[in-house]
Amino acid sequence: MKISNKVVEDHGLKFEEYSQIKDLMKREPNLLELGIFSAMWNEHCSYKSSKIHLKTLPTKNKRVIQGPGENAGVIDIGDDDAIVFKIESHNHPSFIEPYQGAATGVGGILRDVFTMGARPIALLNSIHFGESNNKKTKNLLNGVVGGISGYGNCIGIPTVGGEIKFNSTYNENILVNAMAVGHVSKNKIFYSKAKGINKSVVYVGSKTGRDGIHGASMASAEFDENSEEKKPTVQVGDPFTEKLLMEACLELMKDNSVISIQDMGAAGLTSSSVEMAYKGDLGMEINLDEVPCREENMTPYEMMLSESQERMLIILEDGKENYAKKIFDKWDLDFVVIGKTTDTKKLILNFNNKLVADIPIEALSSKAPLYDREWTKIKLPKKKTKLNDLKKISFEDAFIKLISNENHSNKNWVTEQYDQMVMNDTIQKSGGDAAIIRIHKKDKAIAVAVDSSANYCKSHPLTGGKQIVCENWRNLISVGAKPIAITNCLNFGNPENPKIMGEFAETIIGIKEACEFLDYPVVSGNVSLYNGTNKKNIFPTPVIGGVGLIQNTKKKINHLFKKEENIVILIGKTFGHLYQSAFFNEIHSVNDGPPPDINLLNERNNGEAILKLIKDDLVSSVHDVSSGGLIMALAEMSIGSNLGIKIDKPQKLLNLFEYFFGEDQGRYVIEIQKKNVDTVNHLLKENNIFNELIGCVQKDFFELKDHLKIDINELYKINNTWYHKY
Amino acid sequence: MNSSVIVFPGSNCDRDVAVALEKLQYKNKMVWHKDSELPKSDLIVIPGGFSYGDYLRSGAIAAKSRILNEVIKAGNEGCLILGICNGFQILVETGLLKGALLRNKNLKFVNKDIFVKVQHVNNRFCNKYKKEEILKFNIAHNEGNYFTDNDHLKKLEDTDSIAFKYCSQSGAFAEEFNPNGSLNDVAGIFNDKKNILGMMPHPERMIDKLVAGDNGINLFSSLLN
Repeated sequence: MKISNKVVEDHGLKFEEYSQIKDLMKREPNLLELGIFSAMWNEHCSYKSSKIHLKTLPTKNKRVIQGPGENAGVIDIGDDDAIVFKIESHNHPSFIEPYQGAATGVGGILRDVFTMGARPIALLNSIHFGESNNKKTKNLLNGVVGGISGYGNCIGIPTVGGEIKFNSTYNENILVNAMAVGHVSKNKIFYSKAKGINKSVVYVGSKTGRDGIHGASMASAEFDENSEEKKPTVQVGDPFTEKLLMEACLELMKDNSVISIQDMGAAGLTSSSVEMAYKGDLGMEINLDEVPCREENMTPYEMMLSESQERMLIILEDGKENYAKKIFDKWDLDFVVIGKTTDTKKLILNFNNKLVADIPIEALSSKAPLYDREWTKIKLPKKKTKLNDLKKISFEDAFIKLISNENHSNKNWVTEQYDQMVMNDTIQKSGGDAAIIRIHKKDKAIAVAVDSSANYCKSHPLTGGKQIVCENWRNLISVGAKPIAITNCLNFGNPENPKIMGEFAETIIGIKEACEFLDYPVVSGNVSLYNGTNKKNIFPTPVIGGVGLIQNTKKKINHLFKKEENIVILIGKTFGHLYQSAFFNEIHSVNDGPPPDINLLNERNNGEAILKLIKDDLVSSVHDVSSGGLIMALAEMSIGSNLGIKIDKPQKLLNLFEYFFGEDQGRYVIEIQKKNVDTVNHLLKENNIFNELIGCVQKDFFELKDHLKIDINELYKINNTWYHKY
Repeated sequence: MNSSVIVFPGSNCDRDVAVALEKLQYKNKMVWHKDSELPKSDLIVIPGGFSYGDYLRSGAIAAKSRILNEVIKAGNEGCLILGICNGFQILVETGLLKGALLRNKNLKFVNKDIFVKVQHVNNRFCNKYKKEEILKFNIAHNEGNYFTDNDHLKKLEDTDSIAFKYCSQSGAFAEEFNPNGSLNDVAGIFNDKKNILGMMPHPERMIDKLVAGDNGINLFSSLLN
């Protein structure tokens, strides 16, 4: 069949890309070959627009075992223990079919982690929806939460943290990012690099169906009004099969049978076989007649491009086939040798005794297009709005409006649908700054958190990129963990638009600067571009997932007030920055001006001082100050603790709204016992840490003299109503 | 004391139960669903999870599995059996316990800490608790809404066969403290001979103060008495 222009276009390839393909092949590809190219060359798989920027990110520190480029990143947490983690997007499928889209997002990221030999121990997510009054939002919220819950609960990995945000920018393109974290012994990590020729290539897991064909290509284009028609490209998840696959793989990995292993994720059998061969500088020959199929008469094209879930490709050591097959038989899973490794550096596909595809591996990987797309710098926006020009609102009304809205309400309605406790090592659930997971049968733990700040990033990507790394770092510090490394999910609009590409490029610069300064490298991640509909792009939304180490579980700490009469202190300077704050955005619908400035030196000093205070048992609670400012941080410390606070009026001559709603960075609230005041003051002074007295913990009331006095039970109710009424 | 934990494809609380049993010095064995023989057991635990994916109906397929014939036989001969969450659903499907576990009243999966009141202590499972003691347990299920007919419900009450009832932190019974709509706030029931207990809450998640609490320990230690 002659490849027409329309066929090229339908595969999401540009004409110049098609001529490159012909050059690399030294002939015209057939339809199957073209499909394989489109699967490997799309944005999702090739990172063609993002790669040159991603390369600038720091990826190493003394604890990093594996940085980007593998199924997931790996860090050393001492002894024999390593932590494997990664975050990934499933935005496009989740907008079209929220339950399955979100479910398979969870399934995909779990496979990335157990592929490396790790047992998953925690799941997190970052989900962004359109405005709550948009008619699609409620259905999408229910579907996405249902999908995450359905998949994670069934497979039995606790979903321990995340964030949910609502903003009109996501009305036509929601974000669903899922992060998985696993534990592995340092000497039992598995990689995807193939080794040796004539080794058996084994297909395990579910059968291949016609679902998800061209899923990765769909995720590499903008939506339009016909997006509904793309429903068949959404995969269908089966967490039960994934559970079996996980147990079977982990059982097989106890032995030394596996040379390399790769999950069939985006672009399925195509990308897994190409990646394994490419990394090993080998070729691969596959007999498609052997591929287990769910449906009759499936064509090679469908088999190679299907994104059916819960499948893996394994390269086995010689003579281990029977041993391995027994394990997969035990778990009632397919196990078929479908091919072998070769030294030809080609992907050879046979079907019905005929050669159906013959492509040089490097044409699909290292020779894939790489773009240094044009991008424009984004200036720091000017401050236009003046507080005095805004409609008057009382302090109490503003506070209540914020704490009862969708972005600041208690998320129990959501998190109670997730099993947070299964595996019985969750020593701190979601709802705090970070979740804490104990390393099984040990006295140490990891802290995990995910964060994003789309408003900041939209306003000034460079500052936003820095801010989001710092906020994530602060969240781990706040529970007593030493931050080690991050994974990032970079959700942006159309990279062919220089303004959007500028958002991307500058966000990366911001992330890079913060990561370098804090010694907080990026070890894995995912890029999701083309998030938009009909040329309307989403706000740049990088999501950071961080992992930190708590050496001794006895030192964990949370944000809840502990005892009446304890002293509450604010660490870090308050300037009253309201631009891009929740107060401006969500109460006054004002969105001009820059995000709060980031001072990396203060960030590091303040954070290290907090860790020192926690280590010396000098603090009773710690909370990071973020969206909604100081007043929101104090309210969060009160809600759920059964205690209130008597807040002193600020000594400085700042406007009350600026002082309490301002979102200046690098700040923490700490609660200390009276007897420790002198020691704490001394330590803070010694380290040049700016701090001020905020007030004192009291019974019954959340109170700011002359402005606010709310019964704490009432406060809880106000904060815990939105989701239940929605 | 010898214990066996039955493992189905899709079980996911099997490890947690084993950890709890080992903590209390049980000699524990994991038993695969395809096995046709049970090791010598004083206690059999059917753990939580999604056996066979909970396809068809929670617990329905597991109730027909090979090993369950042996479990039923052992139960009828008086062996102690504890079914937790999906294990409770399986016991109901086998008929070892009567009634049904319907979908939660709010039609959503629910995971949270709840409180239950110990109803009776003159039995093998609860003798280390005080009568009417209030315990913090954790629930995680989609189908935990216990239902049965009026005659059977009355019989359960009359024969001291309700083990735990959902209540408030101070022990009050009311709709708002019942997390799934279960009849008479039932959280767990015994069979007639009281050698079998099925319960929706997870006692194995309450064996460590650092994690969530330790109210579950006395259930496992009662059985050692």
